[in-house]
Amino acid sequence: AAPQGRLLCGPGLRRSGAGLLVTKCGLLRHRPAGGGAYWVDSQQKRYVPVKGDHVIGIVTAKAGDVFRLDVGGSEPASLSYLAFEGATKRNRPNVQVGDLIYGQFVVANKDMEPEMVCIDSSGKSSGMGIIGQDGFLFKVSLGLIRKLLAPKCEIIQELSQLYPFELVLGMNGRIWVKAKTVQQTLIIVNILEACEYMTAEQRRQALAKLSGN
Amino acid sequence: FMQRGLDSQTKKQLEEEEKKIISEEHWYLDVPDLKEKESCIIEERSFLRCEDLVYGRMSFKGFNPEIEKLMIKMNSKCKEEEIEEDDKMEADVSDEEMARRYETLVGTIGKKFLRKRDQRVLKDDDEDDEVEEGNSNIRPSKRAKKMFLKPQD
Repeated sequence: AAPQGRLLCGPGLRRSGAGLLVTKCGLLRHRPAGGGAYWVDSQQKRYVPVKGDHVIGIVTAKAGDVFRLDVGGSEPASLSYLAFEGATKRNRPNVQVGDLIYGQFVVANKDMEPEMVCIDSSGKSSGMGIIGQDGFLFKVSLGLIRKLLAPKCEIIQELSQLYPFELVLGMNGRIWVKAKTVQQTLIIVNILEACEYMTAEQRRQALAKLSGN
Repeated sequence: FMQRGLDSQTKKQLEEEEKKIISEEHWYLDVPDLKEKESCIIEERSFLRCEDLVYGRMSFKGFNPEIEKLMIKMNSKCKEEEIEEDDKMEADVSDEEMARRYETLVGTIGKKFLRKRDQRVLKDDDEDDEVEEGNSNIRPSKRAKKMFLKPQD
């Protein structure tokens, strides 16, 4: 039945003729708000660049005016040095090989090399750009990232009670954590990696043990 | 003298002939126009538009105050509708404070525009209020403005 208004068919679904084809395995989700949206909640570890996604990239090379970033996709993404807030031809951003950058995709399709920027449409950086010194970067599956980014995520709420720390989540499966001491950082890393396969009960037990220490 | 006119006429004729030849050579489809189907389905490859995902940069317990401010800003953008309903809570200055402010404000600005005599009376008022409250019976006579006294014969 054709619904009134536009229907959003998200990742995992493709339009063919008048109907929809499923292209990924997983759970079908539906959101009734905002005109209705259907998508398939699938699990994967390999990231495919998508326009508008915020990701963490590692600078691998500087080629003239453009940096090459590794985002975990099939191709390295390109990032122009002018795509930072307050950057001009004379005022270049201080980016070295091996730096971590949090940015969003502005071009990402299967025919072209993905391009990233570190400013949003109004020209402000709004949190994007070079991620600071120290900290720990590790990789998890994409499904966990989406679980962590859900509004009112229990894992994040419980972790935030432990100690002060900073967290950057990239949609390409990469997480960067920084806490006051190395030990605290590693504890958070281990919890985040393990909570994919722990039930809520096990997680609370683990956290209770930690906060007792 | 008719030569120019003739030339333009022949030119026109030649042009028309040319156009005819060209349009006959044009290819055209002999197929009826297909109706463009209005698609009610938008394809989207990003999870961001489907689910309500929070902003990816977070900081807890004051580790990075700039990012905490950013978190509030970003997450409040998504929930603007809820905030609009709760307007009372959002006011920076409460109603009572506003009323108090206005009281004193009107008084102080009003004093500026009083004539000198009235200013002196006001000043006496303030001093008396500060010093004593009990002897208010005696003071009213002094407080009354000094009226013009007719000289006695």
